[in-house]
Amino acid sequence: MNMATEKSNTRLPSTEDTAQQERFKQIKRTFQSFLQNTLSVVGLLMILTLVFAATFAPFIAPYPDDAGAGVHFDRASQPPSLEHPMGTDTTGRDIFSRVLFGARLSLMMGVIVLSIAISIGVTLGLIAGYIGGKTNSIIMRITDIFLAIPPTLLAMAVVAATGASLFNVMVAIAFSWWSWYARLTQGEVLSIKEEEFIESSQALGSNWLRTTFKEVLPNVLSPITVKATLDMGFVILVGAGLSFLGLGAQPPTPTWGAMIAQGRNYVTTFWWIAVFPGLAISFAVLGFNFIGDGLRDAFDVEVN
Amino acid sequence: MPETLLEVRNLHVQFDTYDGVAEVINGVDFKLNRGETAALVGETGCGKSVTVKSIMGLLPGADITAGEIIYKGQDLLELSDAERHARRGQEISMIMQDPMTSLNPVLTVGEQMTDVLKWQGERRLSITDWIQDKVSRKSDADYRERAIEMLADVEISAPERVFSSYPVELSGGMRQRVLIAIALLSEPNFLIADEPGTALDVTTEAKVLDLLDELVEDRNTSVLYITHDLGVAREVSEFINVMYAGEIVEQAPTAELFDNPEHPYTRGLLESIPTLSSGIGGGIEGHLPDYTDPPAACRFADRCPYAEPKCSEVVPYPRKTSDDHTVSCHLFDGENAYDRHQALVRENVNIGSPPWQGGSEDETEPDVVADGGNSK
Repeated sequence: MNMATEKSNTRLPSTEDTAQQERFKQIKRTFQSFLQNTLSVVGLLMILTLVFAATFAPFIAPYPDDAGAGVHFDRASQPPSLEHPMGTDTTGRDIFSRVLFGARLSLMMGVIVLSIAISIGVTLGLIAGYIGGKTNSIIMRITDIFLAIPPTLLAMAVVAATGASLFNVMVAIAFSWWSWYARLTQGEVLSIKEEEFIESSQALGSNWLRTTFKEVLPNVLSPITVKATLDMGFVILVGAGLSFLGLGAQPPTPTWGAMIAQGRNYVTTFWWIAVFPGLAISFAVLGFNFIGDGLRDAFDVEVN
Repeated sequence: MPETLLEVRNLHVQFDTYDGVAEVINGVDFKLNRGETAALVGETGCGKSVTVKSIMGLLPGADITAGEIIYKGQDLLELSDAERHARRGQEISMIMQDPMTSLNPVLTVGEQMTDVLKWQGERRLSITDWIQDKVSRKSDADYRERAIEMLADVEISAPERVFSSYPVELSGGMRQRVLIAIALLSEPNFLIADEPGTALDVTTEAKVLDLLDELVEDRNTSVLYITHDLGVAREVSEFINVMYAGEIVEQAPTAELFDNPEHPYTRGLLESIPTLSSGIGGGIEGHLPDYTDPPAACRFADRCPYAEPKCSEVVPYPRKTSDDHTVSCHLFDGENAYDRHQALVRENVNIGSPPWQGGSEDETEPDVVADGGNSK
């Protein structure tokens, strides 16, 4: 166990130390080992910046009204300047303001998609792994079918069938994403359920539901956490891809993907329209990947 | 006449393996009286754990083909899963073998202890009581108090700190104490102790066993000890069942078994106990038989220094050699059974005392295997 190795190095506390103090030290120690990795600190700062920008977008943005369908032909297609740090698009909207509002949508989409995918995937993985037998075969074969189809393609098919909207995109991505968590969880559960403490809890009168969620689940959380962090970036990327193709939120909603789609015709003339939303996507994906890598090293787990 | 708490009758357990059907438990019979402590002794792989797991109902993939497990007058094998489940932990509890792996590494000791109380307490609550309880959080404090009390009972010096520690922060001896505390938390009537302390060093093991002995005496709990160590069995139990290859080969009260071991396997086990005077004993030649293709009659015949042709032809049914002493062996059969019995009794082996008690009481060094060969 990763936590075990972390803790076994530590001296047993004297009896005067309260357990709370000891626990606090432990958290501090884990945090310090995370901080030793420069890249993960950089990632953390990037994502904190992004979260800050998303949260306070209406206050930071110089032209908050431009998040909607503002039309200001008097200042259309202006290059980056002090007044418009990222320039303006073909209808004169401030790109910096729209990128800030786009961060809100992207982060929200990542969180919602992963919440749905993880709830479904982890639950199914736990049940399949713990019960085993036919239940396991049925759940895992369905999972395999979903794994065989590329997530972007599957999500596109779902959105095409249900109609393009932000909500449908999120459901569609979650629908194609849960299978990874089911597979990961099932594999972990298979090894955890052979541990003696599981049998011990059964001998003490725990039923299968309690054993699965109270005893097994806490033991599989660290690989899931790491994978979720790494996946945040990918989900944002897939979401941006879908809205680039016009399958996401409809204009004038400021999603990064839609902004690139809008600017792609003018890349040679007004490059800033497509480039700055693109940089924002890279920024977010990179940040989450740095954190994920750092967490993976700190927890010392295998993902995938 | 003491009241019988548990009676296992003619238990047969099979496992389907790729090599064929393994008859791992082949007709096990034994009894446990209320308030009594008994031991199930045998070498590793002889089916001790399978027997107790059949009692607990924790044997996935096994096929119990025959037999009865009668607990308080009711056959456990006929109960539904839910009814058996309700008995686990509250009526029948179990101490697991390895303190290093039997505690969940990601939950604190306190969480694991209060969890046990919770899932047993909630079963008795009606929905309104349950909601009231959740709101007032009264029982959370109660559970905490009881768990800490229990930790103090198992002689943990800083129960408050251990309560909020993770298992990795505790030593092996402490964890074994915690396991005992958890098993006794719900005050079971019947406790199965699966090789408690085997994973610990000898001095700690002795302390833990003494402690467990005291605790079960205070609570009048019946205990079935599972062990491969006759020395331990002698210390902790009043009655010993010796098991070999899925069969009970000898049953006797502890003192009687040590004074008068009859089955050749028991004698081999006694010889295998190392003593200070004679060093490590000879042990028993050979290995456990293949369960998918066991010997037709006596399962010990291949390893038995006294084996006769009859032993591989006729199943040695259990026979009484005295009121409370039962042995499954052809040596105690037929016309000259009494003479053979006397011959074996005369060779009374020196088993020494358990390692933690220092030197052996008797300095003689009998060589039973050699003598046994002559006495045939």
